[in-house]
Amino acid sequence: MSDSAPRPSEITPETAYVNRREILAAAAGVLLPASALPAWAAAPSGGETLKFRRNAAFSTDESKNSFEDITTYNNFYEFGTGKSDPGANSSKFRPTPWKVAVTGEVEITGQFGLEDLLKPHPLEERVYRLRCVEAWSMVIPWIGFPLGELVKRFKPTSRAKFVAFRTVHRPAEMPGQRYPVLDWPYVEGLRIDEATHPLAMLAVGVYGRVLPNPNGAPLRLVVPWKYGFKSIKSIVEIRFTERRPPTSWNRSAPNEYGFYANVNPEVDHPRWSQARERRIGGAFLTPPRPTLPFNGYAAQVADLYRGLDLRKNF
Amino acid sequence: MASIETRVASAGATARGSRVRTLTLAKVFVFAACSTPLVLLALRAFGITGPSLGPNPTEAVMDVLGKWGLRLLLVTLAVTPLRIVFAAPLLLGLRRMLGLFAFSYIALHFLVWITLDRWLDFAAVLEDVAKRPFITVGLTALLLLIPLAVTSTAGWMRRLGRRWQRLHRLIYPAAILGCVHYWWQVKADVREPLIYATVLLLLLGWRVHRARASTRAPARSRG
Repeated sequence: MSDSAPRPSEITPETAYVNRREILAAAAGVLLPASALPAWAAAPSGGETLKFRRNAAFSTDESKNSFEDITTYNNFYEFGTGKSDPGANSSKFRPTPWKVAVTGEVEITGQFGLEDLLKPHPLEERVYRLRCVEAWSMVIPWIGFPLGELVKRFKPTSRAKFVAFRTVHRPAEMPGQRYPVLDWPYVEGLRIDEATHPLAMLAVGVYGRVLPNPNGAPLRLVVPWKYGFKSIKSIVEIRFTERRPPTSWNRSAPNEYGFYANVNPEVDHPRWSQARERRIGGAFLTPPRPTLPFNGYAAQVADLYRGLDLRKNF
Repeated sequence: MASIETRVASAGATARGSRVRTLTLAKVFVFAACSTPLVLLALRAFGITGPSLGPNPTEAVMDVLGKWGLRLLLVTLAVTPLRIVFAAPLLLGLRRMLGLFAFSYIALHFLVWITLDRWLDFAAVLEDVAKRPFITVGLTALLLLIPLAVTSTAGWMRRLGRRWQRLHRLIYPAAILGCVHYWWQVKADVREPLIYATVLLLLLGWRVHRARASTRAPARSRG
């Protein structure tokens, strides 16, 4: 933790946080009912309801996928490479207590307890489309807050050109991490102007409840105009960098996955077309639907990429 | 009183009869076993058994059909090695059924792809076949198997004579392409395709080893 940098009053130093947590946990164990703890702290794998307001302006009115679809069909290779693996293999994962390190080119750095990280940010619900690079899509009501608000709070320096994220590495709780399918831990990154775009979001819940383990509990990124793998899950570090940070899928197969990974029906994956997508949860006999540039968010985000050759910067 | 000849003949007929019965039983068993994945798939599709086809039914169906097609293709290729290693000539009588099941699963995998996945958009299908190597090799494997399925009858075996066996060696490139198709399709986790490729390598390696041994043996005896 940097000692010289001013710390916003909302942020509690780690030592105080840990102490308080220990006391709280001890007290809870002896004296208090579980309901005395913060909602998310008591929840083993989601389920606790959250307080939020609906943000209709940032929400699609397309029909939402069911909670079951969202929590039983997704990619989270830390729990296995099958789409039902995250739902099936994530029950041992403990998203509480949780700490996030904020590091790099920011005035305020340190390790912060999740509750302190979230405290100043009112939660809102945004119904976003999610387009997986595998040509399927969903509509998901996320609960969270704009990533840009958090970025601003930590006061990036003039050298902060990118924001990098890292997923927790816990092979004991995440069976997928016992195999080198990807180079663990999972890392992702955004340009800082992408990170501060109003659509970019940090999510802590879905369907009004605390984020379930398969979906990246307790804190994940949601960048709706990019392929799903950019929206990194179970974040333990947010790092501000001058140089473009490495990203996991790009490192694994650079010819197939670029840094940007913007949804683009014109630029195929080398092994399959990105022109169409299958909406999960539709009737069995539904034709695939056309994929939209930037996943339908072109009006909001296309300006970020003006002058950039999107075929080269895929 | 029966002569020795008739007694021997009747004993032979009994042995043949029991062999036929064993083969029939084995065929019934193999038919039931090979149909099971398809039956389970149908039950899941109609929601009769517990787990349904899940949130992405088309993908689930293609996955089951493709994997069983490849697995049964490898089982078909295992018949000859197992028959010789375990001196079990009976196994040969099961090969055609196994091969036809493998072909059926692979053909259904293809049909589900062009209908439920590509929605009969033939322009998209052709583009995929031309541009995506994993689809190109998959379709090639299927095309190689079609003449084998057609000529699998006793009539065609008779008509083709020695050429029948030569034609049916197309199963080797078809199985190789099938493994490549699966390998190239996965995103990062090649563990399952690796298992199939290893099994195929063993089955083909056994044949190469045997062919070499049989050409070397006479040379040594001349030696």
